[in-house]
Amino acid sequence: MKLGKELLTAAIAILVFTVVLGVAYPLVMTGISQVAFPTKADGSQVKVDGKVVGSRLIGKAFVLDTGKKDSDGNPITRPDPRYFQPRPSQTDYSATGTFFSNRGPNSAVGRFFFRDQLAGYMALEGRYDPGLTKAKVPVDAVTTSGSGVDPHISRANAGIQAHRIAAVRHLPLDRVDKLIADNTDGRFLGVIGEPGVNVLELNLALDKEAPAR
Amino acid sequence: MIQGFLQIAIFCALIVAVVPLLGGHMARVFRGERTFIDPVAAPMERFTYRLLRIDPERGQDWKVYARSVIGFSLAGWLVLFLILRTQTLHPFNPQNFHSGTWDLSFNTASSFVTNTNWQFYGGETTLSYFSQMAGLTVQNFVSAATGVAVAIALIRGIMARRSATPTLGNFWQDLVRATFYVLLPISIIGAVLLVSQGVLQTLGGTVAGLARGPVASQEAIKELGTNGGGFFNVNSAYPFENPTGLSNLIELFLILCIPASLTYTYGRMVGSRRQGWALFSAMSALFIASVVVVYIAEIHGTPAQHAAGVHTGIIDGSTGGNLEGKDQRFGIANSALWTAVTTVTSCGAVNAAFESLTGIGGLVPMVDLGYGESVFGGVGTGLYTMLLYVLLAVFIGGLMVGRTPEFLGKKVEAREIKLVSLGVLVTPLAVLLSTGVAMATKYGKPSIFASGPQGFSESLYAYMSQANNNGSAFAGYTGYYQPNPGNIGAHGITFADLLGGVTMLGARFAPILLVLAVAGTLAGKRVAPQGAGTLRTDTPTFVALLGGTVVLIGALTFFPALLLGPVVQGMTDRLF
Repeated sequence: MKLGKELLTAAIAILVFTVVLGVAYPLVMTGISQVAFPTKADGSQVKVDGKVVGSRLIGKAFVLDTGKKDSDGNPITRPDPRYFQPRPSQTDYSATGTFFSNRGPNSAVGRFFFRDQLAGYMALEGRYDPGLTKAKVPVDAVTTSGSGVDPHISRANAGIQAHRIAAVRHLPLDRVDKLIADNTDGRFLGVIGEPGVNVLELNLALDKEAPAR
Repeated sequence: MIQGFLQIAIFCALIVAVVPLLGGHMARVFRGERTFIDPVAAPMERFTYRLLRIDPERGQDWKVYARSVIGFSLAGWLVLFLILRTQTLHPFNPQNFHSGTWDLSFNTASSFVTNTNWQFYGGETTLSYFSQMAGLTVQNFVSAATGVAVAIALIRGIMARRSATPTLGNFWQDLVRATFYVLLPISIIGAVLLVSQGVLQTLGGTVAGLARGPVASQEAIKELGTNGGGFFNVNSAYPFENPTGLSNLIELFLILCIPASLTYTYGRMVGSRRQGWALFSAMSALFIASVVVVYIAEIHGTPAQHAAGVHTGIIDGSTGGNLEGKDQRFGIANSALWTAVTTVTSCGAVNAAFESLTGIGGLVPMVDLGYGESVFGGVGTGLYTMLLYVLLAVFIGGLMVGRTPEFLGKKVEAREIKLVSLGVLVTPLAVLLSTGVAMATKYGKPSIFASGPQGFSESLYAYMSQANNNGSAFAGYTGYYQPNPGNIGAHGITFADLLGGVTMLGARFAPILLVLAVAGTLAGKRVAPQGAGTLRTDTPTFVALLGGTVVLIGALTFFPALLLGPVVQGMTDRLF
């Protein structure tokens, strides 16, 4: 074959593949998905009173505005004590622009970050759970996730926060623990993955049980 | 920990189970035998040949085969570059994104045509849906199919019986068959399974602050084709790409199934399944060693966490360990397993932040990259790279026992060994040269995020990953500044973009040409009957020799460089 013919074949091939694999395949898959799993294909949206408040798969911050601003002009927030708190996030739970924390294992800056997270967690939970020591704080509570929008916290983390929620919402502790158990995503077939408590769903269930004031 | 190893064992069992099934299917596909998928795939195949106006049965010698590979990749590169540069004109661009800069587009186009899928771009903030579908998804398929085609051509060269015009098959036929008989059907099933777990598949734009898109169709082939470029910047860590423990298992399975199964395809095609299982065993041993080391490393916390007083041990209801950069639903075990799977193969998709791994945990993916895609490796690329190592091991073994080395009845002589040596060394050379240039000049500095040894690790990892067409990253390494989604006001770091792009192209196509040249010379050789002096290549002894050769050449080439980065960090509690 001559080189010119070769390149023509290559050009036709890439066009054919673009039509089949780049247009037809994703569009057909979109069609199938929208028919077979419409809710999931659209992002597992969670609605309250008909309004989309988020996705059950994407974590969300539960914070209060302090009215102050940082040096960049962004509002400074603090955790809303009426709600279960998700893990720290490098992106403030942005679901439109994601990135990793890139906090290295021997990072001197990272040490201060972890120290502050630990102190913040102790300050928030310590008053409600007097037996809480630093050694009992689960590691997920003071580290950022990969996605920045981790929808889950560990059961240990939720168990500690339950003391605060019970006190603030005037609920018996075992009622809060029951809500935690109800909103825990287990392992697939009891084996695959790690169990986690879905914070958004848990907080919405909490609002139903004992509306926040 | 037992729970974690149980999950890892289940994954390995699934892979072992699929190898004969998928491997056998691929052998039938590439030998032109009947398969169960013929009723659907055969008409598509025939129609494509008619559009291409080619005779698929016409054999190509290695030079013509190589010319077709290069011509097709060049056309693919140009089309992709054009797509990335014209985003304002695209349909399926609900967020009205502008185009990225020219240097970023050069890097991204080179990255996807070479099956690397390195992400200097941020998927959901840089690319229109049309770019993701018609640009990236297409190359996800065809760059993988090209890898398979080259591997099959090498097998044909090995098994060719002496004839007047030895051929390696027809590239277009191999490309079309790999796509329509293997990649597309599995991707369709994979995409549906992923949507059932909650992966997005929609053309609607952002809703209630949630970026969305046609994710599942790309996710399936991204894993299956060992591509790895995420729809979202944080890749398979993002819940819309990988929402559950089960979706994680499915994606891991998709990554490893073809590279693992191709060993069986090879065994079937050369007429001895033992030959295939021998390669599989050598690969598995090195892979399992990687998984175990990274898992044990990540069970422990990092020096920064310990210095801050964080307790990283197991407590009731928490796995403990280094959860920085890892999502709760995967935990330590699945993040560690993924780290090894994605770096022994050339996938490069990640479900956790590699930069936040412990020192020794971060050493593992670098060593895996050092194996140069021979341990399972990319789709097709893994098999042909491992076969280069097999020839090298045969040569070394032959010298040890003092006989003329021969492989499956063919004498391995000076010409082949020269080509093989070049083929094995060109990638490490590209890595070390690129890293050296980036470290020794001021131009590499703007890309570096971390300080101390971690900054060196970022640079080394960037060029190891790009040269091995992997695409995973110590993601602090930057090639693109983007203040807002949609590319307005963004600028690329031209040096990193161009050096990375050239590294990827060179380290992809130079080995392909050398592999095809080896296939060409082997195809023309006479087959001698097996004698008492033949070094058998299907015995445990040979598997050990092969594994040793890979470790010796692949990993030890990088030993001095690795000492400066991850090893230092793994051995000290000092903070930088």
